[in-house]
Amino acid sequence: MSSTMKTVAIVGAVAASLAAHGTAATAMEKEKCYGVSLAGANDCAAGPGTTCAGSSTVDYQGNAWTLVDAGTCESMDLPAMADGSARMGSLTELDRDLPAS
Amino acid sequence: MLDVRFSDVRLPSGPGVGYKPQHFNDILKNAFPVQWLEIHAENYMGDGGRPLAQLRHLSERFAISVHGVGLSIGGEGRLDPEHLARLKHLVGWLNPASFSEHLAWSTHDSHFYNDLLPLPYTDATLTRVADHIDAVQDAIGRRMLLENPSSYLAFEESTWSETDFLHELTRRTGCGLLLDVNNVFVSAINLGYSPQGYIDDYPLDMVGEIHLGGHDEDTDDHGAPLLIDSHGCEIVDPVWALLDYTLEKSGPKPLLVEWDTDVPDWQTLAAECTRAQAALAKVPA
Amino acid sequence: MTTQSDFEGALLDANKPVPAGLSDGSGRPAGRRYWVYRNNVAVSLGDALGTGFPAISKLVGPQNFKNLAAIFLRQHPPKSPLMMHYGAEFPAFLEGFEPLKHLGYLGDVARIELAMRQSYHAADATAADPTQLQRLGEAELMTCRMTLAPAVHILRSAWPAASIWAFNMVPGSPKPQAKPEDTLITRPEFDPMPHVLPHGAADFLIALAKGATFEDALKVAQSNAADFDLGATLNLALGHGAISDILS
Repeated sequence: MSSTMKTVAIVGAVAASLAAHGTAATAMEKEKCYGVSLAGANDCAAGPGTTCAGSSTVDYQGNAWTLVDAGTCESMDLPAMADGSARMGSLTELDRDLPAS
Repeated sequence: MLDVRFSDVRLPSGPGVGYKPQHFNDILKNAFPVQWLEIHAENYMGDGGRPLAQLRHLSERFAISVHGVGLSIGGEGRLDPEHLARLKHLVGWLNPASFSEHLAWSTHDSHFYNDLLPLPYTDATLTRVADHIDAVQDAIGRRMLLENPSSYLAFEESTWSETDFLHELTRRTGCGLLLDVNNVFVSAINLGYSPQGYIDDYPLDMVGEIHLGGHDEDTDDHGAPLLIDSHGCEIVDPVWALLDYTLEKSGPKPLLVEWDTDVPDWQTLAAECTRAQAALAKVPA
Repeated sequence: MTTQSDFEGALLDANKPVPAGLSDGSGRPAGRRYWVYRNNVAVSLGDALGTGFPAISKLVGPQNFKNLAAIFLRQHPPKSPLMMHYGAEFPAFLEGFEPLKHLGYLGDVARIELAMRQSYHAADATAADPTQLQRLGEAELMTCRMTLAPAVHILRSAWPAASIWAFNMVPGSPKPQAKPEDTLITRPEFDPMPHVLPHGAADFLIALAKGATFEDALKVAQSNAADFDLGATLNLALGHGAISDILS
C-alpha cells in the first residue's frame, strides 16, 4: 500500500468514527469552563467597602519583591527544566489574522 | 436636539434584576417575581459563544434593558467611535426595551479605569455631556436614560446642583433618566444633604427606570460616614423607605435590583425583588 | 479647576497627593474620600486579573498573585472598555518579572488562560462534518483545504504548559513531565478546553490555518516529526469541532 493510500485509509477510518457536531441548546446551561465564564466581566459596582487596597503604595524596585505565600509551583518538581534561555518564553501562538484559506 | 424614538418594547413597571450568568437555569425554571432583565452592555460585545447564546435565548422570554458601563459619557475626550459602533451593533440586533448609561467618566487618554469617575457640574461639563448624549442617541437611533452617580466627594468648581444638571440635560438632549435611589442615598449621606430633598428637586417625570442596590459603610478622615456603592449586599431599610417616598410621587416605574459583587443565590435575589414588587403594589397606578 | 488629567494622576499612584479642588461637600478637603476611587480601580482590575488567570494564582500563591497584579495593573491599565480583553500583556509581564524568572513556564500557562478567554468569546462556527472527508477521493483529499473554527487556538511551548495548566485546574491530573508541549484549545459548544497535541500536530494544523493543502500540511508535519500521527491529530481536531470547513 502506498503512503498516500495509507493516508486516505487513516482519514476514512477517523471520519467514519466521528459524527458531525452541532451546537445543542442545552449546552447554554452547563458550565464546565474552569471559571472562564466569570473572567473579564464588566460591572458598575464599587470595590468592597474599604478604601485601603488602592491606597497601599506599590514600590516595586527591581529585586525588592519577596514571595509571601506558597503556590503549587513548589510541588511540581519542574525546576529541572530550567536549563537555559532556550526554554524561556518561547511559546508562540498561531496568528489568528492569517488568511485561513 | 435629536428627534428620538422610543423602543417598540417597554420595560414593565415591575421588578427586574441585573442578570448574572450563574442564574441562567434558575431564571428559566422560575423567574418569579422578576419580569425583566438588565445586562451590562460590555459583557455582550464579544463575537459569540455562551454569553450571546444565553442573551438571545433570554431576550425571547424577557424584556431586556441594556445598561452601559464603559462609554465614558462624561469624558473630556470624544466618545470612542469603536465602542459606539459596538453599542450600535448590540442595540441593533437585540432591540432592547431600554438603553442607559452613567453620568460619569471612565476613559482618559485611552486608559480605561473600570470605575465610574465623578464630574464637576459646570456649564462646560453640561455642554460636553449633552454633546455626548446627542452622539449616543444619534448612533443607536433611540432615546437613552442617564443614571445619577454615587458621589464620595464634591468638586469645588461645581455651579449646578446634580438635580438641575440632570434636568437641563434632559431638556437639551431629550434623554430620559435612570434614577438610582441607592446612589441618591449614598451621595446624600456622603455629601451631607437630604435624600428626600434630592427626590423633591428631581425631574421624576423623566424617569424611565429605578435602580436599587446594597452599599457598604466606611468613614472619612473626620469619622463622618462614607457609604460605598458596592452592590454586594441587601438593600437597607432607609433605601427602601426612600423608594416608597419616590414611588408615591412618581407612580409605578420599572424597578431593578442590582447585585454585582458576592453575587448570592437566586432565592436571595428573588426575595429582594419580591420586596420591590411589594413597594410597587402600594402605589396607585 | 480639577481636570480629568488631574483626577487620574493620583488614581494609580498612592504616593501622589489627592488632587486639589475636591471636598467633602462641607468645605473640608476630600482626603480619604478620593481613596474610594483609587480602591475601586485597583480592586476591580486586580479582581479581573484573578478571575482571568486562576492557574497562575494557584501556581504562585494567591497573596503573591495579588501583589503581582497590583504592579501589573499600574503598568498596564486597560486600553479598552471591554474587560473581557484585559490582561493581554500579562504573559510577557510575568516573563519579564525578575523575581519569578526561575518559574520560566508562567508566561506560557498565562497564554493558555488568555487564549481560553478569547476562545470563550470567539464567533460561533458549525463543525465540519467528518464524513465529508471520507467521501473525498485520493486526489481531492490531497488538494483539499481546511478552515479552523474562530474559537481554536494553537500554542507552542518549550514547557509542559498544558499539563501544568491541567495539574492546577483539573482535579486528579498527573504531575507534569519535563518536556515541551503544544496546546490545542477547542470549543466544541461553549466551553473552551485545552488539549496536549501529539508531535507534529501543531505543524499540521498551523499549516492548514495558513491555507496549505492537506498534502502540504502533511509534508510539513512529517518533516518536523517522524512520529507524526495523522489519525490521532484528525481525531482530536474533528472530534472537538476544531475544523469548521473542508474545502475541496
